[in-house]
Order: sequence, then structure tokens, then C-alpha cells
Amino acid sequence: MSIDLARTVVGAELSERSLRGFVLGLPGVDAVGLEQRAAALATRSIKTSSKRRALDTIVSLIDLTTLEGADTPGKVRSLAAKAVLPDPSDAGCPQVAAVCVYGDMVPYAVEALGAAHAGAGGSINVAAVATAFPSGRASLRVKLADTADAVAAGADEIDMVIDRGAFLSGRYSEVFDEIVAVKEACRRGDGTSAHLKVILETGELSTYDNVRRASWLAILAGADFIKTSTGKVSPAATLPVTLLMLEVVRDWHRLTGELVGVKPAGGIRSSKDAVRYLVTVAETAGERWLDPHLFRFGASSLLNDVLLQRQKLASGHYSGADYVTID
Amino acid sequence: MTRLAVPKTYKLFIGGAFPRSESGRTYEVLAANGTFLANAAKASRKDARDAVVAARKAVVGWSGATAYNRGQVLYRVAELLEGRRAQFVEEVRASEGLSAKDAAAQVDDAIDTWVWYAGWADKYAQVAGNANPVAGPFFNISVPEPTGVVAAIAPQGGSSLLGLVAVMAPALVSGNAVVVVADEAHPLSAISLTEVLATSDVPGGVVNVLTGSAVEIAPWLASHSDVNALDLTGAEELDWVDLQIAAAETLKRVLPPTGGAIETRSLERITAFTETKTVWHTKSMR
Amino acid sequence: MTFLDYAPAPESRAILNLRPSYGLFIDGEFVDGHGAPFRTISPASEETIAEISTADEHDVDLAVRAARRAYDRVWSKLSGADRGKYLFRIARLVQERARELAVAESLDNGKPIKESRDVDVPLVAAWFFYYAGWADKLDHVGLGPAPRALGVAGQVIPWNFPLLMLAWKIAPALAAGNTVVLKPAETTPLTALLFAEIVQQAGVPAGVVNIVTGAGETGRRLVNHPDVDKVAFTGSTAVGREIARSIAGTGKKVTLELGGKAANIVFDDAPIDQAIEGVVNGIFFNQGHVCCAGSRLLVQESVHDEVVDRLKARLSTLRLGDPLDKNTDIGAINSAEQLARIRELSDVGEAEGAERWSAECAIPDRGFWFAPTIFDGVSTSSRIAREEIFGPVLSVLTFRTPDEAIAKANNTPYGLSAGIWTDKGSRMLAVADRLRAGVVWANTFNRFDPASPFGGYKESGYGREGGRQGLAAYLASADARTALAPRASDASPARSDALPTPEDAKAGRAAKSRSVSSRTESSTRKGSAR
Repeated sequence: MSIDLARTVVGAELSERSLRGFVLGLPGVDAVGLEQRAAALATRSIKTSSKRRALDTIVSLIDLTTLEGADTPGKVRSLAAKAVLPDPSDAGCPQVAAVCVYGDMVPYAVEALGAAHAGAGGSINVAAVATAFPSGRASLRVKLADTADAVAAGADEIDMVIDRGAFLSGRYSEVFDEIVAVKEACRRGDGTSAHLKVILETGELSTYDNVRRASWLAILAGADFIKTSTGKVSPAATLPVTLLMLEVVRDWHRLTGELVGVKPAGGIRSSKDAVRYLVTVAETAGERWLDPHLFRFGASSLLNDVLLQRQKLASGHYSGADYVTID
Repeated sequence: MTRLAVPKTYKLFIGGAFPRSESGRTYEVLAANGTFLANAAKASRKDARDAVVAARKAVVGWSGATAYNRGQVLYRVAELLEGRRAQFVEEVRASEGLSAKDAAAQVDDAIDTWVWYAGWADKYAQVAGNANPVAGPFFNISVPEPTGVVAAIAPQGGSSLLGLVAVMAPALVSGNAVVVVADEAHPLSAISLTEVLATSDVPGGVVNVLTGSAVEIAPWLASHSDVNALDLTGAEELDWVDLQIAAAETLKRVLPPTGGAIETRSLERITAFTETKTVWHTKSMR
Repeated sequence: MTFLDYAPAPESRAILNLRPSYGLFIDGEFVDGHGAPFRTISPASEETIAEISTADEHDVDLAVRAARRAYDRVWSKLSGADRGKYLFRIARLVQERARELAVAESLDNGKPIKESRDVDVPLVAAWFFYYAGWADKLDHVGLGPAPRALGVAGQVIPWNFPLLMLAWKIAPALAAGNTVVLKPAETTPLTALLFAEIVQQAGVPAGVVNIVTGAGETGRRLVNHPDVDKVAFTGSTAVGREIARSIAGTGKKVTLELGGKAANIVFDDAPIDQAIEGVVNGIFFNQGHVCCAGSRLLVQESVHDEVVDRLKARLSTLRLGDPLDKNTDIGAINSAEQLARIRELSDVGEAEGAERWSAECAIPDRGFWFAPTIFDGVSTSSRIAREEIFGPVLSVLTFRTPDEAIAKANNTPYGLSAGIWTDKGSRMLAVADRLRAGVVWANTFNRFDPASPFGGYKESGYGREGGRQGLAAYLASADARTALAPRASDASPARSDALPTPEDAKAGRAAKSRSVSSRTESSTRKGSAR
């Protein structure tokens, strides 16, 4: 289905040649203008009722993440608890969208979420990074096994990385085919699929033109989300890169009517920053995108800053780090 | 037995051709001692109009030529002037009543002035332009460009060749096309200069020379909407304030008379008929 | 309520400490004017902000005399380094009082606070910083060693960037060693008067900066005052033309920054999203009250539909309203008069058959407002393609080839600015070469910098502001001949109430013209070859 759409959009059978022609034929990005626009959006002043609403929205869009070599079942359980009850002092605080962990941690996350897990009637998803995250340097066979494994363990969402090496050396169809294959590996026995987020690792793609090309490739190949970064490479998410990716999903929607999500990940630590992303989403793709199905923040420390701000708004005085829980 | 000389017919120089005035009028050019030298064409307002049209047509090509090429073409003019040196000396001498020595000095100065300006063609932009260190990720450069069509009143009443060169050459350097009203009383060397131009590589229309009454022609040039700049260096005896007022209608750039002596070799005379264009472009690795 | 209905985020007016009325600033002091005072209002609410003095002919004369005195006795004797220090002080004071100035500007002018805060006021400080550093380096301006100041500069500025235009005028004038009398526009005098306080705080010697307020007549008196050596004007081409006529024969040096009808050329290979932003910024920045606004969109026919669609979508996200709200994109039209002109020309556009589209936005009940508007299918002969509207109205025209784009872009008596949007560097450079415009923005628009010369070709005026070119406009080379005729003040030091009238000015011209003739006879005819 998705491949048919890709054929229609590209206007040809999908081949190295046609994909290459398509991505290289995309309009260029003027970096200065893009950054200027992002900076302008960042000057929006979100106050009072809008701020309250923004903070709650941010919480509901967070993929609460731990991706450390030192991750343990204990750490993941703690993270899951935080996802379910971000602010023990405020039952009205929304839950986060998902917890995001390595594939081998999926069973612990599912278990810890319990009834709050989407699969058990709750609303919190378990996302697993896969495909030899973060470098992506493994054989396709290994990447597919990695993916299938996480799905089998109960992951609702797969965050894959593209093969940046292939992309940077111009082997676009290889990147495309791999995404298609991973998407296939996201299928469950019952015919449903885990949602696929495709990490472009924009910090390694280096140029905005590349980000736009990779975004289109990923969407053509069936990505449900395009995601900026692994969080392991600097720079991770930036507002201009996210703006650019939002422009792509907006254009894709205009062209096909299909909705694709965007996930900036890494480096978004303050509420102030996150609000700027919300503004950028609303004024670029549209307010419709301010929904966990279409926008996520890949973050860990962001949540506590948002909680502090929420407490401040509720109480009228500034809160402190000891009034929010670690993890 | 003396040979009977063949006198020259002096005409206008418009669009690279030598027409008579469309009005059919001529006026007597007399030597300093009052003897008849020639009948010069007395240009009309329609001749002025034709000259502006010819100049406008020539601007794109002349300003679009490389600066090196313009410099070469202008230098070539100096070479040809040198070849006709004797003729110019004689014309200046007879018309202005100078000694042979003073006439020769004026002609030599005119030729050397022309060479001086020719050399500026591929340099003035470096001196008058610059890169601008703006506070942002932008390439930013300012360059002078020719203003377009320059109408000039050449200095009147003497120094006819040098005065003409001093208003004509600097305007040409940057790529302007010019319409020059020659010294009314001493127009012969101006017309001989145009013969040099016609046989050099200066494209037709780049230089147009009108002879006749500056009082009559100048107002038409000053008010012409397709003239971009007005050089009133030689207009001191005219009611030049009115010319400047007429020029204001289309915001022409005006170089008023300098009150007598003019600086014949002047970078400021080049830049007076240029426009500074500033170009910005974004600059990024990403 | 949706997220996009951002809650109001007004900038506080508490920082402003305005007086109920303001006098003229002459010789270092605020004094009452002798003309009938007028009110300056907020165009967003039509409320009176303050009462302002009008300078009559006598007041203008007092101001020019003060400037002359300050020039003769103090400023011309000061070292360049010291002049520079005063300018540095001004720059710092502008930074210190930036928020206050921004609020005052948005209140008086109607422009969004984000623009006055992020563009106007920072550029004002930058302008003074830039020229401060020039004051002791005049030998390097390009006019040869020891160029000299001109004397007293009479400066008249418009209402679209009140404080920024003041900076463009005053900073280079003072750096070069001139003293100034400046007249702000009658609808936006407020920040010039706050600037006068800054001049006092900086300890600038009395008379070096004088501010006279009033309408067109005050400006006319200033420009035509016989003791003014330099005239600098930013405003309409019609007034610029009048000034060019009135100074003819006086020997006054003039800089004119006039109207424009800039083409913003979008090629089919443009970086499309940035081009859309650039087109929006080009015409809707400052409600289109920008002489260099990209008011004609020239779009390649092959991408016309896409560009127009995207443009409309983008315009729908613009927020029109309270200029002091930090989220406002489009503020108020500066005056009822200007609003009437925008409406009139827009009606003409419609009558001429262009397709009108306006962004849907709520228009406040009070104040002067005009929704961002696009006219599609505009022909080159249409009035809205030729006349400066000076409002948030964009005319869309198409072209097929680069040659046609250039021909259409240049097909105007104006020549102030132009925009080019393409990813092809060689084409950008070639097109930039052939555009007859003083400022060409490629893949950007409406950028300003004190180091970057700005000014027009053709009927957009002459002279440059910014950069060393902008400084040279206030200087003469040391060997340049002095004024052609003796100054009125030199001729009759006792001249007390001999105030100039247009008739006097004309008579003065005639006299000067005669004196030129008489000098010619005595001067040598020979060129002074170097």
C-alpha cells in the first residue's frame, strides 16, 4: 500500500535511479533562512492559560527515555513508574506518551507499566530502539532480527536508525529498501504492526538538504514518524532541523493526505525549549500535529523541568528540584 | 603652385553615425582672428533626443563588457588620438588662437588624460567598492556600477579638446553612454575626436556628440526622462540652476559647475556617475 | 480555544515615563515651539500619547543657528576621537534604554513590539557603534587625507522607522563632524524626543543635535534654510523631487532615500520554504511600510500556483493586532491617511481586474488596520504594479525566463532594492548584476546593517546610507572647492529676522548663479592636471 503511494509520488518504478532523481530534485534549503525562521518562531511568548496548556501537552508528548549501557531492569521499572505517575503530588498531571528503551529492556518496561501499558488498556506505549542502535552498523539480517525481537517482546513502537553510511555515499535505494524491510519486520503475528519511527541522525547528515532528502526517503519507505536523532551524536535535535522535518510532513500531507509524525530527540531539556517546539509544530504543520500520534519529544530530563513549571503555575511560587522525583 | 585644400564637413556624431542636424541648420565656426573655419551642424532638440535614444541602446553592451575590455578599447582611442596629433594641434590652434606650443600642450594633456582614465576601467571598482563585514551569516559586497545615460555640457570657451576629454572619459570608464554638447565656439576638435571614436572599437551610441547652442540643447537633455545623470561642468554660462531644477523631475544625478577650473584627472569624476549596488547572499555550510 | 490562540502577552508600558507634552530640542534644551501644537496618537487605539510642539520658521532658524554655533565653536574643534566617544556613549545609552525605546516606538508607530525590540532598536545602537568608530578614521573614508565636515546638516525623516532613520541620519553626520537639525515625521515624533534625552544624558555639547517637530512646512523651512550645508531626506519620491528642485544652485550636498517598487524574483529552483518566508518578510515586515519592500512578487510561471498557495497558507498564520503584544506579526497602519491610500490603491487593483485575496483576521474596532493582502494576476501596466502602496499589499506577476524577469524587475522608475531566490549561484550573480537597484538581497530580504551601504538608483534617490559610502555623504575632500557663493550668514552676520521664504531661496539661487558667472571670468580655463 505504502509502496504504491511511493511509486505514485516518485512517478516511476522505485529504483536507485528514480529515487535518486526524486530526492535530488527536491527544492533546496537555505540554511540561513531556515534558521532565521526557527529563531523567529522561538520568540513567541506563551503566557498564562496558553502556558498551562502547553506544559500539559508537552508531558503527554514525551517519550520518556533511558538508553544507557548501564540500564537495568530496576532502572527501567523506575522510569516506567515515572511515566505512569509523573508528579505524585498532582494526580491531574497527564501521563507521558511512551517509555523508550533498548530492545532487551522491553519485557521489563511492559511488565512495569502494567495496566498503564497501551497493550493492557492503558495509554502508554513501549518504544524500543532497534537496528543496531545507535550506529546502525550491522548486517541487515541482524537489524531485522533486532527489530523482530523487540516487537515479539511487546514493543509498540520501533525507533530504527537509517544507514547514514549508505545515505552519505549516495546509495539511496539501499536506505529505502532497508526501511521497507524493517517496516515489514514490525509486523506482528496478528497482522498489526508496531509503529515505525525512523531516526535520521541529522547531526551526521550535516546539511539541511540531506535532512530533507532523508526525510522524504523515510516517508516514502513507510515511516510512521521521522525522528531527528539517537541522542548519542551532537548536535541532536535542533529547532531548525525539526522545523524542516515538519515542513516535509506538512508537504507530504498536502500531497497525499497521509499523516506522518515528527520526533525531535536529544538535547531538549527545558520547558522553554519544548514550548518553542510546540509553537513550531502548530505554526508549521498545524495544531493537529500536537498529538502523541504525530509528535513526540525524545527526552528524559525535560519531564522534570516541565513538572517544576507546572508546580509553579499551580502554586504561584517557584518550585525546587527536591519537589520532583528523579527518573 | 599651392595645392587647393579639401575642407572637412563637420557633422554631429549620433549612434556611431555622422548625421547632419535633422533641422538642417549649421553655424559658422570662426578662428580666433575672425576668419571662417567651417560650418558646424547646429543640433536641435530632436538631435538631442536621437542621441539619448542611441546612448540608451548602447548602455547594456558597453556596461556589460568586461572592465579589461573597456580599458583596452579606451586605450585604443588614445593610440588613435596620438596618430592624429598634428590634426588636433592644428584645429585647437586655429580655433582657440593658441600658440603651436600651447596647442600641442593641450592636445598632449588630452591624450595623456585619456590614457589615465583608460587605466581606471578595471580598477575604480576596487577602490570605490568594498566587502562589508555585516553582523550575520551573509556575503555582502558593494560595487559601483555605471549610472546609465550621462548628458554632459563640455567646458565652453576654450581648452576645447582637453575639456571635452575631461567630461567624456571619466563617464565612459565605468560603462556609461554619454551625450556631450561640445564647446560651442570651438567644436572642431570634438568632431575630429568622434572620427577617432568611430574608427576605434568604441561601439556606436556609447559616445554621442552634439555641436551647436548649449543654451538651446541643454534644457532638453536636463528634462529628458531617459537621461540618468547630468554633468553641468561646462554650463557655468548657462542658467544652470534651471537645468538642475529640470533634472530634479526624474531625480537625475547632477554634477554642478565647479566654479571655473576643473580637475581633469579625477577619480571623483568617475564615481560621480556610478551607483553603489550592495548585494547580500546567505552564507552557510549547512 | 486552540493552542494557537496564544494568550495575550503584552509588553508592559510601565517602563515608559512620558510627559504630557514635548517641546522642541534646541541648543541642548527643550523649548516651546511657536507653531500650533499637535497631538501624536497611537495608531492602534487612536488615543493621544502626548502633545507635541510645532516649530515655525523662527524656531527652525533658532535650531539652525544653534547648530551653526555648536559647529563653529565646539564640534568642529573637537578631535575625531572625542566625537567618537560621544557616539559610543549614545550607543550604550540606546542599549540601556532599549526596552523603553521599543515600547515607545511601537506605541507611536504601530509596529509590532517584536520588530521594534528585535530589529529597530538593536540596529539603532549598532548604527551609533559603527559610526562612532569612524569618527577618528576619516582619512580612510576614500576622500583623501583630512576630509572636512560640511557644517550643518538638515535632516528630515519618515514615520516608518522613526528612531532607526534618526540613527541613519545622525550617527554618520556627527561622526563626520557635522552638527544636525533633525525633523521627525509628525505622526511619529516620540522616539526622537526620547533620543533628545539620551543626547542630554550623553553630555553631547549643546546645539550639536537639535530636534524640531512639526509637519511638512517645518521640514520645508529646514531644508531651505540658507545656513544648512547638507540635506538628508528619507521619504516619498514626490517630496524628494521637491527638495531636489529647491536646493538646485545652492551648493547644498544632498542625500535622498525615496520610494521603491521592488521586485522579489522567485525562480523555479528557489529554496521554496525560505523563499515564502522571504516574500512574506519582504512585504509584510512593518506592515509593508518599507521603502525597499518587495511589493512586486515576480514568480516563475512554472511554480506560480505552488508559490501562491503556500503564500496564502503562510499568511493565514500571521497575527494582526495589538502592536505591544509580543506575538503580533502585523501591527497597525501608521495613520488614517496612509490607510486611506492603501485602501484606494487596493480598490484600484481590484477594479483593474487583479484577483484579490486577504488573510482572514479579526480587525480591531479602533485604530487603523489592513489585513495582509495579495493581488494575483497583476499585469505590468496595473497601477498596483507601478505605484508604491506602502502597505501590506503584494502584487503577483509571472515571468518565463531570467531575461524576462530582469526586464520586468527593471521596468519601473524606481530602483531601490530587489530580491532573488534561486539555488543556482551563477544565475544569482548574473541577475544581481543586471538589476538596476541599489540593494539586492539574494535568498534573503530586508536585511540591514550599518556596515552595508543602502540607497537607490533612478527615482529612488541618490547617495548611500551605511558603510563608508554613508559617511562620505557627510564629508568633502580637503581640496574640494568650498561653497560657490558666500553663505548667507557670512554675508550678513547681523541678519536677524531675515527668514527664508521660497521666494528668497529662488532669489538666492539667482544671486549665486551670477556670482558663479563672475568668478568664471577670473578663473583659469585650464584644467589642473595632476
